[in-house]
Amino acid sequence: MNTQWMKTDVLVIGGGTAGTMAGIKAKQANPDLNVLILEKANIRRSGAIAMGMDGVNTAVIPGNSTPEQYVREITISNDGIVDQKAVYQTGKLGYEVIQELESWGVKFQKDAQGNYDLKQVHRVGKYVLPMPEGKDLKQILTRQVKRHKVNVTNRVMATRVMVKDGRAIGAIGFDVRSGDYIIIQANAVILSTGACGRLGLPASGYLYGTYENPTNAGDGYSMAYHAGAELRNIECFQINPLMKDYNGPACAYVASPFGAYTANAEGNRFISCDYWSGQMMLEVWKELNSGNGPVQLKMTHLDETTIAEIERILWANERPSRGRFHEGRGEDYRTAGVEMDISEIGLCSGHSASGVWVNEKAETTIPGLYAAGDMASVPHNYMIGAFVFGRIAGQEAVEYLKGLTYLEPDPEFIELERQRIYAPLAQPGGIPHTQVEYKLRRLVNDYLQPPKVSHKMEIALKKFTQYHESLSLMGAQDPHELMRCMEVHFIRDCAEMAARASLFRRESRWGLYHYNVDYPEKNNDEWFCHVNLKMNESGEMILFKRPVEPYIVDVNIETEVYDVAVR
Amino acid sequence: MALTIQRVDVPVIVDESKCLEKCVACIEVCPLDVLVKNPETGKAYMKYDECWFCLPCEKECPTGAITVQIPFLLR
Repeated sequence: MNTQWMKTDVLVIGGGTAGTMAGIKAKQANPDLNVLILEKANIRRSGAIAMGMDGVNTAVIPGNSTPEQYVREITISNDGIVDQKAVYQTGKLGYEVIQELESWGVKFQKDAQGNYDLKQVHRVGKYVLPMPEGKDLKQILTRQVKRHKVNVTNRVMATRVMVKDGRAIGAIGFDVRSGDYIIIQANAVILSTGACGRLGLPASGYLYGTYENPTNAGDGYSMAYHAGAELRNIECFQINPLMKDYNGPACAYVASPFGAYTANAEGNRFISCDYWSGQMMLEVWKELNSGNGPVQLKMTHLDETTIAEIERILWANERPSRGRFHEGRGEDYRTAGVEMDISEIGLCSGHSASGVWVNEKAETTIPGLYAAGDMASVPHNYMIGAFVFGRIAGQEAVEYLKGLTYLEPDPEFIELERQRIYAPLAQPGGIPHTQVEYKLRRLVNDYLQPPKVSHKMEIALKKFTQYHESLSLMGAQDPHELMRCMEVHFIRDCAEMAARASLFRRESRWGLYHYNVDYPEKNNDEWFCHVNLKMNESGEMILFKRPVEPYIVDVNIETEVYDVAVR
Repeated sequence: MALTIQRVDVPVIVDESKCLEKCVACIEVCPLDVLVKNPETGKAYMKYDECWFCLPCEKECPTGAITVQIPFLLR
């Protein structure tokens, strides 16, 4: 294996929604800087929106809603535990993002008068903006990345952020095809690697049959943790209502504005709102366990034209293989509902609130290290939030690095990381990553899938801390397998964080996301706070409370309780 | 360790009569990097059973040589 050294002013790790925008914005802010996007796949088709997106879920468009209304909605739906200043950014800057995307050729749905055709899916406001032609989103972003002369290195996976004198100074990784060892010096590093979508094991047993793009293995969560950054509200898991077995969205955000709704087996509504929240997921869980299941997305009452339109959108965007999944089973939206199930757990602030802690400037607690997108702890941030925080991170990074010079990485750190990465290649006859990953994720299901039980999570924690031993037995026969092996390391780190954070918060909150049967009630007196975690100087994972930042939009969380149950 | 090789049904099917030897479109766009060329035939095939059935390989193949099936476990 060769060693390659690179230098760049700004290093963006992960070229999905947030990462491409971060690269573009950094270059717009200062075209003289070198900006590099590092991507383990190919930015043309990578990240959560590899096959486009059928709608925007958090569009705050003047005349329809205000940033203040949006902040209120998210504060209530996330049970009050939000940094409102960060959430406000998505409300404030989302409109500019939409306009810029439009100028690049992204099409959003408009009404006959040419106004954005917003739909209500949230409990109160209209924030969902359909984009039925959104299948080319990633190619459009890729074109802009090239046009802005952002450098791109595909097929390299980062494994560690380098830190010196208390600031981020680059990253280490390897080429997943050649196996080359890659050391990149940078003056600012932006992590935008997406969710930890491979934490729980899907009920199908297929390791890659996940809701999130399975490349998103929690890379950034793990890298930020090892860099010493704080992570936040990891116990607020991502759990989604998904098409059973297919494990993708059905998708109520698209279908409910057309009149579809979530129902039990009898066809009766049991939730008043299809917006994804932990409280909604708790109602789905109760219904499934009540004898009224299975749960379905009901469309049989809609007319032919409407159903055909829903099919056209769902089968062309985001997860276009939905159509052939139904076809293979002889299912038709005209004659039966779509059977829904509860997904395995993941970490993703794009949908819930579990992420690397960032403030309203996308700064982590390590100077020079930024985070954006699904992995950054801005609750319910979705795609527009990823664009907004990618934009902020790119701009802030350029501002930050003025006057900084490259720091030489520590040779001992580089050597230790080299040994850690390449260990599986040195034992090609070791246990395959597939088995090591399967067992780890099966343990996540056994012991962490809510409802959470303290005794079970204690067992989980013990097993995850002991799992380093299993990791050391993994063997890889080529650089591709090595990539999967190192992803299992990320997943293990996330599993330990998930167990510790869930044990730490001794109450229940966010519906099913943190439903703890030992402490079944919400306890605002003791737990109206964030739970942050980090690695201390001895290398131990420590957890602590951080107060919720003062609200900038007044919300009384004692009286305004999020409840979507139909009783 | 003692290892064995297990047969698995893979989701990505390549029609070799249509696959172009000098083309790498499917290989370049696969997020999970599971497609490679058979060095002897120059045809693409799915080497690793790690598929998100996301379809870029099928959509970007210039000759329509690729069919993505839903993985058997989910089908």
